[in-house]
Amino acid sequence: MARMTMIEAIRSALDVSMGRDDDVVVFGEDVGYFGGVFRCTQGLQQKYGKTRCFDVPINESGIVGTAIGMAAYGLKPCVEIQFADYMYPAYDQITQEAARLRYRSNGDFTCPITIRMPTGGGIFGGQTHSQSPEALFTHVCGLQVVVPSNPYDAKGLLISSIENPDPVIFLEPKRLYNGPFDGHHDRPVTSWGSHPLGEVPVEHYTVPLGKAVVRRPGSAVTVLAYGTMVHVAEATAEETGIDAEVIDLRTLLPLDLETIVASVKKTGRCMVVHEATMTSGFGAELVALVQEHCFYHLEAPVIRVAGWDTPYPHAQEWDYFPGPARVGQALRDMMEA
Amino acid sequence: MKDGMRPSLPGKLSLHVPEPEVRPGGRPDFSNVAIPKAGSVRRPEVDVDPETIRDLAFSIIRVLNREGEAVGPWAGTLTNEELMEGLRHMMLLRAFDARMLMAQRQGKTSFYMQHLGEEAVSCAFRKALQPGDMNFPTYRQAGLLIAGGYPMVQMMNQIYSNDADPLKGRQLPIMYSARDHGFFTVSGNLATQYVQAVGWAMASAIKNDTRIAAGWIGDGSTAESDFHAALVFASTYRAPVILNVVNNQWAISTFQGIARGGSGTFAARGLGFGLPSLRVDGNDYLAVHAVAKWAAERARRNIGPTLIEYVTYRVGAHSTSDDPSAYRPKEESEAWPLGDPVIRLKNHLVRIGAWSEERHSQMEAEIRDTVVAAQKEAERHGTLHSGGRPSMRDMFEGVYAEMPPHLKRQRQQAGV
Repeated sequence: MARMTMIEAIRSALDVSMGRDDDVVVFGEDVGYFGGVFRCTQGLQQKYGKTRCFDVPINESGIVGTAIGMAAYGLKPCVEIQFADYMYPAYDQITQEAARLRYRSNGDFTCPITIRMPTGGGIFGGQTHSQSPEALFTHVCGLQVVVPSNPYDAKGLLISSIENPDPVIFLEPKRLYNGPFDGHHDRPVTSWGSHPLGEVPVEHYTVPLGKAVVRRPGSAVTVLAYGTMVHVAEATAEETGIDAEVIDLRTLLPLDLETIVASVKKTGRCMVVHEATMTSGFGAELVALVQEHCFYHLEAPVIRVAGWDTPYPHAQEWDYFPGPARVGQALRDMMEA
Repeated sequence: MKDGMRPSLPGKLSLHVPEPEVRPGGRPDFSNVAIPKAGSVRRPEVDVDPETIRDLAFSIIRVLNREGEAVGPWAGTLTNEELMEGLRHMMLLRAFDARMLMAQRQGKTSFYMQHLGEEAVSCAFRKALQPGDMNFPTYRQAGLLIAGGYPMVQMMNQIYSNDADPLKGRQLPIMYSARDHGFFTVSGNLATQYVQAVGWAMASAIKNDTRIAAGWIGDGSTAESDFHAALVFASTYRAPVILNVVNNQWAISTFQGIARGGSGTFAARGLGFGLPSLRVDGNDYLAVHAVAKWAAERARRNIGPTLIEYVTYRVGAHSTSDDPSAYRPKEESEAWPLGDPVIRLKNHLVRIGAWSEERHSQMEAEIRDTVVAAQKEAERHGTLHSGGRPSMRDMFEGVYAEMPPHLKRQRQQAGV
């Protein structure tokens, strides 16, 4: 075991995967010599050579398109899009090609690629360094969508993703790269140094895809969250004294419906929180599933706390980000309902 | 006034929108297509400095002359037997097209796209590759399968979406997939496969393999962003890939000038990326093979990628859903100066005494029988609207390696 930040855990996952399997290749913009703008690939080129970890031209469609070709050949590329906000030029390759290769060729060709993308806000990233586009991937059949919330999961989920025989969108909340963040932007930044999930095995291990985990057991209300919002939800439960059960979904597609339904049937209430904009966000899918599967157990309407339906602003960062104040108010309102 | 030279009033801007020379009702005119004499374009060494052959992107490499003789430095890559086999492949593809076009008209399938006039491009190219090489084709390179010996009845099964369809009825007709025959799964999304071909080639280089890749794209699709992405990546990593542009003059109703703009030729697009870029007579089986072989050798010797523009003409409709008489003269294909690839190869073989009208007629009859027999066999497995069809369970399979719970629930809801 070692203390790791999420960055170090991701780097360790890549290191372990590249060490175990010669077919794993890592590339993206500034990923090679420099080691990535967030340092997630630091030292990999030096250790594994330029043909296993390399820099690419600035072309997201080229990154994903070549990765698909490599996967068709038999490699297992793990590529990086520098910011999730810049995945759009690759959207055609991701949705129409990577996601459908197995289906349309009846397994003649498959696409075991992992696409890493730093995601989410809370860092004064403005409109194109803060987006949470997960709903644009969960709507695509053939993809798997993963969002870790801590270093331990980040490494285990990333290794699982790389070893997965199908394409995985791996969204890394960059606000959590160096430490947990509960939304209290006015307090000093904390590090992973003292967090239990900052303790990470140095060797190979996996966290299974498609499995959620209960982060905080509770009886009053179920809060469905992922990424940064897991920490916001946990902190809010403590601060409000409302005994919320916080579920970290970890994988959005395929979704661990069983864990969700068991919890909501127990608590009778459910709240969904995500950074992404509200309308047609992933929360809408969660709400629909909960009402379908837990209708007779619900004591209150299922509600969502999410980013506003606006582009992610700069100066109004903390008015936009669904922090503890908004989540707390929503929890109190819900308990009174 | 010549296209591109329209003056505007002083002080006012006007938008230039290119137009083809002729529209329906007009007289076909290809006088602006400069056709160099067969044998007149030099054949550089494969390790040539691309900077020294920039002129080849503006010429047309041709082997067969008007008299049906093979002339010049690009001649001689194929034996007479290989040429006769090539003729057979092109005739097979043409006969296959004709039967499937009719099958679509008869309602046995929903859709078809033929290769009429472009048979030499994919058939000859395929013979320049080796087993294990991978093509990333568009929907108009079925000659790669035919010349590679892929069973025609399998192609028909796919077109009919019947119970023997290798793709289980999931794909639109002609979107074949045949990994073992070096034929990557065809996608409806234009140009996506071009950059994937580069990635496949990069993978082969990463693994120190000896296999090479070939990307395919039409003239219209070169305007897609992935064309640019492919050229950048191929150039940067010197990927062992052949980047083919099939310029058949038309992208559905849009003439090639809309995609090409002022660049002169599509081959010229490669020059800015430092790629050796060749232009070849796409209706000359011998020229196509010779140029493909040159590029394949370059790739296999790890010298780097090559861009090839095949100058040809889309004689048929874009697809069974298209009527070309709405946007181009009906007689245009007859005026096309590079002629018909089948007739040109046939004339060459007759000229050198390896073929005769009689043998040609015999082969035509034999090919017709072959195609009809394949069609009968395929139809025993059903057509789109009658007979055997893929199961509803097949619809839910293969989305993932392992079916996730939500799909299992949906399959159950569907009652299968």
